[in-house]
Amino acid sequence: MNNIFKGRQLFQLINAHFRELMREPAVLFWGIVFPILMSLGLGAAFSNKQDIIRKVGIIKTTDSIATDTSSIINKFLLTYTTKDYHVNENTTYYSIIIKNKKLGNNTFLFEETNWKDAIIALKRGKLNVVMEEKNKAVSYFFDPINPDAQLTYIKLSKLFSATNNINSENTDNIKQLSLEGTRYIDFLIPGLIAMGIMMSSMWGISYTIIERRSKKFLRRMVSTPMKKSYFLISIVTVRFAMNFIEACLLFLFAFLAFGIHIQGSIPALILLFIAGNIAFAGIAIFISSNTSKTEVGNALINVVVMPMMVLSGIFFSYHNFPDWCIPIIQKFPLTIMADDIRSIFTEGAGFAETIKHSLILSFTGILFFIAGVKFFKWY
Amino acid sequence: MIIETREVYKSFKSVHAVKGISLTIAEGQFVALLGPNGAGKTTLMEMIEGIQKPDKGEILIAGKQWKGNEDELHHIIGLSLQETYFVDKLTVEETLRLFASFYGEKKDRVSEVIQLVRLDEKKKSYVINLSGGQRQRLALGIALLNHPKILLLDEPTTGLDPNARREIWQILLELKKNSKTSLLLTTHYMEEAEQLCDYVIIMDKGNILKEGSVTQLLNNENSSKTIEFTLEDTCDFIALNEKTPEIYWDNKIQKGVVHLNEIENDMKTFLGILEKNNLHLKNLECRRKSLDDLFTSLTGRHLNE
Repeated sequence: MNNIFKGRQLFQLINAHFRELMREPAVLFWGIVFPILMSLGLGAAFSNKQDIIRKVGIIKTTDSIATDTSSIINKFLLTYTTKDYHVNENTTYYSIIIKNKKLGNNTFLFEETNWKDAIIALKRGKLNVVMEEKNKAVSYFFDPINPDAQLTYIKLSKLFSATNNINSENTDNIKQLSLEGTRYIDFLIPGLIAMGIMMSSMWGISYTIIERRSKKFLRRMVSTPMKKSYFLISIVTVRFAMNFIEACLLFLFAFLAFGIHIQGSIPALILLFIAGNIAFAGIAIFISSNTSKTEVGNALINVVVMPMMVLSGIFFSYHNFPDWCIPIIQKFPLTIMADDIRSIFTEGAGFAETIKHSLILSFTGILFFIAGVKFFKWY
Repeated sequence: MIIETREVYKSFKSVHAVKGISLTIAEGQFVALLGPNGAGKTTLMEMIEGIQKPDKGEILIAGKQWKGNEDELHHIIGLSLQETYFVDKLTVEETLRLFASFYGEKKDRVSEVIQLVRLDEKKKSYVINLSGGQRQRLALGIALLNHPKILLLDEPTTGLDPNARREIWQILLELKKNSKTSLLLTTHYMEEAEQLCDYVIIMDKGNILKEGSVTQLLNNENSSKTIEFTLEDTCDFIALNEKTPEIYWDNKIQKGVVHLNEIENDMKTFLGILEKNNLHLKNLECRRKSLDDLFTSLTGRHLNE
């Protein structure tokens, strides 16, 4: 009987908190729609190769292009390019599009210029390469450190030495690696799932607790025979359910829109997901154990969340950071979670690779939870 | 005794909020802690509620100390805090059901309480859409869910308009009639104490100034009746031939006060004096001495200051 009564407490607490969240449309938007929009935006921006425009300056000789057909450059331009006047830039370009399905199309825009203007345009990044022809020899001028200019030069010189079928590159020997797991979106989605768990746990749990404390609702609740731990369990449970729904929807979207698959073990992924939730729920309870000011809560959450957002390799790999800080970054809970979700998604990892980290995350959460409950201020 | 405090002290940093208060409340008794803001009422209340621990002294609820008996005492106490916000986007009914589950009470008790605090029409409304009075009635409803033996209400009507206040009084008076619940409430409205409570404890600056039933408090001080009067005629002063009764005339506001010790004789004398001076009464009002008068005579300040 007593157990039924206690069970009802927990059920009512969970039920009430869940209803409260579902009745805030903003919660649903930021929790579910926003991550999906973000994945769509970033995924689209980095996944599709767009046409690349490469601008080349041609140093004018005394004669105009149309008349002097003996020059190599002029012959090329007259044979292969189309002449266009660009009103916006008040410039006439000779353009050629080199089609390439695998690497993306390249459009070369040739523009007649003189040395003075060419130097300025190079400095401003308006031109990639400048060409000059003297005595039937073509010279290329560009900054050798700039990889983009270098690439333009390589492609250009290839163009000028080619004899036939100039409009498309021979790419038979290029084997695309944009199969499963190597695209940017494959990198991004696991990170977004991990970040979603962190963000909504930290903000959702901490804010609920701090707000209830500041409005004396906590005080009112513990003036009843309510079991205190049930209150915390109810908040964590509801947050876990929300995180699960959010992650599933994000994955479903990524599956439909980008064809993302989970290559590794799904049970291992579920365990990791639970462990990540425990870790951040514990940290959130610890952070909100003592303050009744939302401003303080804000600052505390940011102190925890911001470094991980930036460093944990959610959007871009942390391997570009200096070597000395990588071992530190790898110990952040968000890094651990993002890396392991990623390895399950794209490298086919299973329990063997992730169990240790799952346990570490769980223990971290439990330690923070215990410490938080010890300092917890109910009044 | 259902509530007993003995020589209870509580300080916060440099403020001595409660300075050795002893009080007893019997079963079924309705008691008011009356005093201005900062008198220490809420601190005393919170110690009785088990939210604060006294620095010194002892508090017994139904003969038991808080320590070690929290669960049992929480079951017999119903309370409302000075200010509580409930969850905005829960309905009245859902809020009550949540709190009912803490006490192991079921749905039928929830509907009973909704009737009791007259929130029937609002039971499907979100808390955020309730008026101040409705919110206080919800708080009162939550306090009543567990059929409490002891009801502790901290300023249940502060900030409410007179109608909303009266509605709460009616609910409490019904409760007084129909149950054995004891009530301790804090207030700075003397009218509230007079309306609801058998016993009033007047507090100021952490001490008890005076206590007793309302009639005791008002009659013991002195037995005089106070009459306020105005005159048809303009008048500078009233010439007094006799010392009794005491008559005070205020030139500025053209209003006088007479204190009558013995109504029949003193009234005659008073009317005689007016006749002698050829003055005619315009209005005569007998004002009962109030707890506010009493507080003023004890401290020189008003309750609402």
